[in-house]
Amino acid sequence: MSLSQPDSSPTDLSRGRSSAPGSDRESVSHRSPELALPSANVDNLKRRAALLARTRRFFEERRYFEVETPVLSRDVCVDVYLDPIAVEGASGERHFLQTSPEFAMKRLLAAGAGSIYQITRAFRDREFGPLHNPEFTIVEWYRVDADANLLMEEISDLAQALLGTAPAERWSYREAFRRTLDLDPFTAGNAQLAEVAQSAGFHDREAERDDLLDFLLATRVQPELAKHDAILLHGYPPSQAALAEVATEGDVTTALRFELFVRGIELCNGYQELRDANELTRRQNEQNEKRIGQKKASLPTDSRLLRAMEIGLPRCSGCALGFDRLAMLALGATSIQEVVAFPADRA
Amino acid sequence: MVSYNTSDFRKGLKVQIDGEPFLMVECNFVKPGKGQALYKTKLKHLIKNTVLDRTYKSGESLEGADVEDTEMQFLYQDGENYVFMDPTTFDQPTLTAEQVGDDAKWLKDGLMCMVTFYNGNPIAFAPPNHLVLRVEYTEPGARGNTATNVTKPATVETGAEVQVPIFIETGELIKVDTRTSSYIERAREDKK
Repeated sequence: MSLSQPDSSPTDLSRGRSSAPGSDRESVSHRSPELALPSANVDNLKRRAALLARTRRFFEERRYFEVETPVLSRDVCVDVYLDPIAVEGASGERHFLQTSPEFAMKRLLAAGAGSIYQITRAFRDREFGPLHNPEFTIVEWYRVDADANLLMEEISDLAQALLGTAPAERWSYREAFRRTLDLDPFTAGNAQLAEVAQSAGFHDREAERDDLLDFLLATRVQPELAKHDAILLHGYPPSQAALAEVATEGDVTTALRFELFVRGIELCNGYQELRDANELTRRQNEQNEKRIGQKKASLPTDSRLLRAMEIGLPRCSGCALGFDRLAMLALGATSIQEVVAFPADRA
Repeated sequence: MVSYNTSDFRKGLKVQIDGEPFLMVECNFVKPGKGQALYKTKLKHLIKNTVLDRTYKSGESLEGADVEDTEMQFLYQDGENYVFMDPTTFDQPTLTAEQVGDDAKWLKDGLMCMVTFYNGNPIAFAPPNHLVLRVEYTEPGARGNTATNVTKPATVETGAEVQVPIFIETGELIKVDTRTSSYIERAREDKK
């Protein structure tokens, strides 16, 4: 797998010189002494540690209490594009390395824990690049009695406190597409979306509507967001609600889901949390069908979270933040490999 | 022909799209939080040098291009054609002026360089990254001035123009980087 790090020698390739050095298969041996050393320098690791302490202080000052939940669990979030790593111990029972601590944290909320946060490791198989590592540090928090609006305010405060960004501008998903593509993501037909995506270089004739929207968001809208310090994108299509509630405003139904983009980099994803166990089951089944359609293994849809939701999840909003990306932005780095000691290729 | 899956995608890969050969000059893994994994690539046409932006979803594949590099000797220029020779088979492939492009300015008789073949046909050549060349002409510099930060243009024996330090004189040998057309250092006369 290639690291796709920032191009250090553009001249080698700019002339199509196929014999240029470095163009041969770059098979880095696992015995290579370079891979014994961290990819981040020690100074960056110290600054990362200080940022971690400041992150904890932010939540402690707001009276969140820090919790710990299993990294290895029987339950798993079913999402077509989140691939958990399954682990089988000697007992033969299958467990999953958690793609986020969401399920277990919500079980604590149902038990009356109040507002909670956690800084832990999450795992997503095969995600590797300048902004991805299959094992990463996630900051996740839930605030009881908070709606999407209140949590968006808190996310903006957090970015200001830890990154020194300007207060986050709020753009609706619809507005963002209209501004950058002159296209309404809620009313445009699939054929129109496919045409725009194809002209932007997307090579997938079987792409579904959400795939087209994701592609356009990642390749056309995000570069526009990069021109701003901090933007909270909110009001996603209901098909992308994941674990968020949906609401109807005017002529559209949107998911009460929001994401923070700092200088164009996706940093946080939050929801006004879905509390209806039946609706969660319906969505998880739908995601499983999509997984099967893409020839991926189906995942168990039953979970202890469902049982807890049947007992009752308090009204709350929650958010997950990629800490490695936060550190990258705080330190002015251009890849998370500069702020992680041993990324997957050195792990 | 081999085919490359997105997980094999990397800079330097030679692939074929609609029968045309491309070099992957950039490949970035992009994945919106809840979206599918995408590989954003920049592909450069190996003959036309045009660049294509293509994004592939995880799991797709591209056919490899039958592109081969062979070390060859430049023989001579025949009008619009440049004639090379394979020193082992004595084959003499020719490239057009368009295929040779701007790098023609580094060619001199007998130069060993890399010729690229696509489906058995020559499509491009690349001179060595470093060449030692004689300065054909440069304005005389002030004697004793050894500053390297002040430069002047010099024309080398193959016709290329290179910026050189002020102390370089006509007739001297210099080592240049052909990728950037830049001066590296003064070179000594070999075997004299």
